[in-house]
Amino acid sequence: MPDKPDRNAIEVVNVSKIFGSGEGQVAALDKVSVSIRENEFFTLLGPSGCGKTTLLRLIAGFDFPTAGEILLYGQDIAPLPPFKRPVNTVFQSYALFPHMTVADNIGFGLEMLGKPKAEIKARVAEMLKLVKMEALAGRRTGQISGGQQQRVALARALAPQPKVLLLDEPLSALDYKLRKEMQIELKRLQNETGITFIFVTHDQEEALTMSDRIAVMSSGKILQVGSPWDIYDKPAERFVADFIGETNFLTAAISDVGNGKARATLKSGATIEATVAEGFQPKDNATVVVRPEHAKLTKDKGDLSGTVENIVYFGTDTHIHVRLDSGEAFTVRQQNTRSAGFGFERDDKVGILIGNDAAQVLRD
Amino acid sequence: MASNFSIKHQPGFTAIAATCFVVLYLPIIVLVIYAFNAATSTSEWGGFSLKWFQSAYQNTQVIDATLRSFQIGAIAAVLSTIFATMAALATTRTASYPGLTFKYAAINQPLMVPEIVTAVALLIFFSRIKIFTGYSGLGYLIAAHTAFCIPFAYLPIRARLENMDLTLERAAADLYATPWKTFRRITLPLLWPGILAGLMLAFVISLDDVVITEFVKSGGQDTLPTYMLGQIRRGITPEINAISTAFLLLSVAIVTLFFFVSRKRD
Repeated sequence: MPDKPDRNAIEVVNVSKIFGSGEGQVAALDKVSVSIRENEFFTLLGPSGCGKTTLLRLIAGFDFPTAGEILLYGQDIAPLPPFKRPVNTVFQSYALFPHMTVADNIGFGLEMLGKPKAEIKARVAEMLKLVKMEALAGRRTGQISGGQQQRVALARALAPQPKVLLLDEPLSALDYKLRKEMQIELKRLQNETGITFIFVTHDQEEALTMSDRIAVMSSGKILQVGSPWDIYDKPAERFVADFIGETNFLTAAISDVGNGKARATLKSGATIEATVAEGFQPKDNATVVVRPEHAKLTKDKGDLSGTVENIVYFGTDTHIHVRLDSGEAFTVRQQNTRSAGFGFERDDKVGILIGNDAAQVLRD
Repeated sequence: MASNFSIKHQPGFTAIAATCFVVLYLPIIVLVIYAFNAATSTSEWGGFSLKWFQSAYQNTQVIDATLRSFQIGAIAAVLSTIFATMAALATTRTASYPGLTFKYAAINQPLMVPEIVTAVALLIFFSRIKIFTGYSGLGYLIAAHTAFCIPFAYLPIRARLENMDLTLERAAADLYATPWKTFRRITLPLLWPGILAGLMLAFVISLDDVVITEFVKSGGQDTLPTYMLGQIRRGITPEINAISTAFLLLSVAIVTLFFFVSRKRD
């Protein structure tokens, strides 16, 4: 991953957004603070209703915070209307102007900024080339496909060279293959333009594959900010661990805490080494998570033992659902190989080996 | 046996439908045919002739009333469409609040209050103003027509606005368009078919009005419909048929245009 300069493009400082009043009031955002670095591909990830879109709308200026500041390169933009912010948005519905051509759509922002005609023309041509839409410049936006509309929406938002580009679930209307293509395309555009992207999605896979950093949100709060690797392998809270990928939760007794690590004694009596969520001092008992692909089945005695309940074949891998002797459920994911037998069957008594550096102690 | 209920297959359907069409169109067809009657009667056919059209065209009173109708209709249609556009913007570009339904009702008042009541009220109201100001021009008729045309202009405009994606205006604002520019460049162009439809509908409604016009007009301010009404009292000649036919053609043309305009989507 290329080095990113440490300058912050956006700083969200203690921002709250409260809808309604009196008894019926709802905090869509609850004292949220987050810094988004220059040139970063930053993703706000969370289930619907978590506040991610509200935060995006506040940065765009379609809504104003109840409290807090939103700094763009140090300047508070929270009270400014959207047309005074050097920030552009790619809308979920694309919101292309139906009465204008593709080229006029792309040039609209520059025209509103009062740029000279020649400059607009050159910039529109450049943008059309960037999103590979030169051939359709003269078309009405109703006459092009969903994927093409997506590209035009991107070009339109990028044309005025915003300091920050906001993307509100822009890929959700596309089918699976096109979505995969656009994920790569978006990453390329971000690299080529060097513009800071803030991307909103509820799709964890999208977030993991595209982002430099991810903020996981739930109920109006940011639970954890980190690289995809951090978020996946070192989740701080149960919600984060659960929301991103599949995982196993185990109760364990914690000892020897220090240096970001601890010893976890599982219910089976086995003791494994685990990393500890950042800034967390675990007490005696805590929840430990282990990803299914970081555990291994064995016919011998492992760290855990149980009975195979179900085997689900996924093509690339197989999920083995095990009921532990302690009563907890545990899933192991095993890479498939061609023709080789799998070796386990339902109702087999099995052991589970947990690799070194596979377990993480949660804050919850 | 058909599983679905179909009104078309009920006994008597064809007879009822045919009767309705006959009642609706036969009188009009007869009226149009007798406009071309060479005789002076509206019931006895005396051969084909265009002389009644010619006579209507040479009748200065007819031309005078027609021009006045157009003048009032055009001004009232433009004014009522402007007001209706503003009203439609104000009632759709806002979150629902208590009293909004009342506002809809207030805007659509002319659709609910019996026309004769409005006519009498305006007659009394305007006669007071006439006494105070001494003004007795076309202004009263224009004002009255503007008022009752507003709901007809309002409905297609509001329908268009309600179907419009609000995100488009947000996108324009995001792309540095001020509220006025957003209105000029995005809202207005997208609203235009609705506005045109409203304008035409208002014009036709104004052109057609008898009751309010009859009560509000001063001497020598006949519109085409009130002139025709006056003529009929004195006895009917095929000239009335000829005028009616011309009027019918004009209305059909405008309404057809209205359908084409309002059918055009995005």
